[in-house]
Amino acid sequence: MAVEVLEKKNKNKRYKPILEGIPDWPVYQLSKNRKEFIEEVANHSLARIKEMRPTRKQLLDELEATVYREQQRMKRNRWRVDPQDEPRFWSKIKNDLIELTAKPLDENTQREEELLKRIVQRYANEIAGNFNPSSYKFAREIIKFWFARLLNAARVKKFGAIFRNQYTLRDKIQIVGKVKQLRKLAKKGTIVMVPTHFSNLDSILIGWVIHSLGLPAFIYGAGLNLFNIKIIAYFMNSLGAYKVDRRKKNLPYLETLKMYSSLAIQKGAHSLFFPGGTRSRSGMIEKMLKLGLLSTATEAQRNIYLNTPEGVEAQKIFVVPVTLNYHFVLEAPELIDEYLSVKGQDRYLPEQDKYGSWQLLQFLFKFITKGSNISVSIGRPLDIMGNYVDDEGHSMDAQDRIIHTRDYFLSNGHITIDKQREDEYTRMLSQRIVAEYHRINRVFASHLVAFVAFELWQRKYAKLDLFGLLRLPEEELEIDYAEFRKTCKRVRKQIYRLKKDDKVNYATHLKGKIDLVIRHGLESVGTFHLKRPLLMNKQGNIITRDLNTLYYYHNRLVGYELEKII
Amino acid sequence: MRKLSDTKPVGVIGAGNFGSTVANLLARHRNVLLYARDEKVIKRILEKGENRGHKMSKHITPTNDLQYLAEQCDIIFPIVPSAHFRAMMKKLSPHLHPYHILIHGTKGLDITLPKGQTIETVAKLNRDQVKTMSEVIREESVVVRVGCLAGPNLSKELEARHPAATVIASPFNEVLSIGKRLLRNDRFQVYGNNELIGVELAGVLKNIIAIASGALSGMGYGENARGLLISRGVVEIIHLGRALGGKTKAFLGVAGIGDLVATSNSSFSRNFQVGYKLAQGMTLKEILESMDEVAEGINTVRIMKKCADYYKVRAPITNTIYQVLFEDLTVKQALNYLMRYPLNVDIDFID
Repeated sequence: MAVEVLEKKNKNKRYKPILEGIPDWPVYQLSKNRKEFIEEVANHSLARIKEMRPTRKQLLDELEATVYREQQRMKRNRWRVDPQDEPRFWSKIKNDLIELTAKPLDENTQREEELLKRIVQRYANEIAGNFNPSSYKFAREIIKFWFARLLNAARVKKFGAIFRNQYTLRDKIQIVGKVKQLRKLAKKGTIVMVPTHFSNLDSILIGWVIHSLGLPAFIYGAGLNLFNIKIIAYFMNSLGAYKVDRRKKNLPYLETLKMYSSLAIQKGAHSLFFPGGTRSRSGMIEKMLKLGLLSTATEAQRNIYLNTPEGVEAQKIFVVPVTLNYHFVLEAPELIDEYLSVKGQDRYLPEQDKYGSWQLLQFLFKFITKGSNISVSIGRPLDIMGNYVDDEGHSMDAQDRIIHTRDYFLSNGHITIDKQREDEYTRMLSQRIVAEYHRINRVFASHLVAFVAFELWQRKYAKLDLFGLLRLPEEELEIDYAEFRKTCKRVRKQIYRLKKDDKVNYATHLKGKIDLVIRHGLESVGTFHLKRPLLMNKQGNIITRDLNTLYYYHNRLVGYELEKII
Repeated sequence: MRKLSDTKPVGVIGAGNFGSTVANLLARHRNVLLYARDEKVIKRILEKGENRGHKMSKHITPTNDLQYLAEQCDIIFPIVPSAHFRAMMKKLSPHLHPYHILIHGTKGLDITLPKGQTIETVAKLNRDQVKTMSEVIREESVVVRVGCLAGPNLSKELEARHPAATVIASPFNEVLSIGKRLLRNDRFQVYGNNELIGVELAGVLKNIIAIASGALSGMGYGENARGLLISRGVVEIIHLGRALGGKTKAFLGVAGIGDLVATSNSSFSRNFQVGYKLAQGMTLKEILESMDEVAEGINTVRIMKKCADYYKVRAPITNTIYQVLFEDLTVKQALNYLMRYPLNVDIDFID
């Protein structure tokens, strides 16, 4: 395949595990003492919520709001994974609450605390992951074994090749960036990995990446909706995932979730969550991150400093941005439709997963047997303020002077707890992560062609707004190849320039003869969709069969001001 | 009530008019270390307890050692002209740590130009090159807890203990409450605001209108004209300020309208003086020679004229003041032009 020639020989190597046995892994320690840990999370959450709602009246209001919202959720949006006894649990809480509110306000607060405790304990149990070493190993072997079989069967087209081991997943998925440093720092401190989020497959992919880098399993914040898909649920459970239910926006739930993450990080469990919240609907790299889970890294670091006597080296938290780069996102057509239908309105998006286990397996087969490589960029590790850290884990300022991260939490010489200050720190960190995403993002040929084609059409119909443009019949759209080629070349040159300024990265296959790059791009962009977003017609000109999906792939390169040179 | 000895001193960098005033305000609550570049100033404060006509509190100790100041003080107020601000930060930066809190009091902008270029020759001027002082602090040091002082703080009136107010702006409530605690007294009210960039820009941009207001007075015009100027000035400031990333709200408070009204009516204001003297027929060169401290407004006009071009903001007052300052438009011609300018919408920034 011409495509293969373009890709530099994959230098991905096998990494030895940094910790020998699973019993040494923090995530294993956590799950071994699962019961105690859940109790700890519940107790801390309870204390935190009481702090936030100090009077009896406030607490009762909060409980009422929680019960109301939960009942609404059960009525409107129940999922397969939701436990059977849910309605019973909440109606019991509701009855107890009604009984309570009937009493005069000055009675003691023991009873409502007890109610809150029941709720929080239930949430803590729901959230908690269940890392199981034997099923972890088993899932890992399944992934490795079957992927290898499929790959070899597809690539080496001979009977019997299915039993060869010439190709492995490593040839399919490129891992680039600060791997060595990540491995080193994982031994020194606690890693909080924050990847971009485009596809439901991200969760499995990143699990594989962590394993193949020789890192111990991470605790994982995974959307509960994923657990509706049985095959993913299986893998997620065995990879040590904890569940994030985005339907539940009530205070007790959010505080319990954050406490779970915060305490796990404080205990040294490497963690992973998608700070964008849900999958990027537009196909753009996340610009705004959700601050909730991110704030737990800041809080955990402060508590670690608070609990470590001065002079003793405190466990440090390293935030590692990661971008996942695809030619093809299975859900792209649905995601972009959702995006377009709510653009400009801020309404709640229900999670819809049209793809069940069977569709995913089919996709996996296609993905493995045909082209479509994936690359994973590991960013430079940051401290919780977004400063780069060196190999020893020291935070460095712009002049390469060492910064003591502890100092950020000092007031008048003492570590203080200042929620507002830390919220601001979290916001600053999120901006740094977004900047890093754009910097380590690897441009693929498919991104380039999608971007150029869409921008050219946009320019041709400059008077139309986005929706006007998207309503044009696809048959009328055609770009002359010579013009397309010229523009691709110009944009590619600008990407080279940006890379020089350290503002973006690109895949090795982007280099070389532009005609080959364009061909590779056209072959790969959204290649398995029913309607191809971009292809060449008989005259050799560029056409589309699905402008919306093309827009989705185009969006990957938004944010670099490349449209200015179209 | 005051415990001067058991807490760290507060630092002030810059012993100009406003720096000295702030040092005196702080010295009512805490010991103050005041940094001055000039040995003579330090000597004068030590020996005579006086600087630029200000009687300096005995709780103020002058120093010319930035490192010592940074080591002694967790809280520092840098109050130096914008043209020297970045250079000062570069010198201070090696001694700063993330626990430091910096609250600046400089109402000017910082620009970084390619070598050999001036504001006039550079192709375009936008937010990549134009920075507020808090942004300079963030760029040059590891300090994140940054704030600014803004509002009507005419040094002479503050020294005379006339009632006045200031705004402290910072995204950090911690910085606001520290600033309030350190500065507030029975004649001086301190407000907090979380819109740091907006408040900084309000303080910077109002100087343009102050120059124009001085010119009106210099021509001998009365308060009708000033009412017109100030209300149109607010609109222009808000448009410019929003283009640079400030939020409208910041411009409507004490730091915006409050400061604008104060400086536009006061002969104590240096920027007002610039306009006044222009109207009297003095050239810019003569005016600059007659002043002992920088009028930040002059540079602000140069920068904002260029920025308005880039961001396509209509800024008739800025543009005409620019022509009076740097080209050969007279104040009279400028006023005629502004009076004929077709401004048919009164307010278009509030829904």
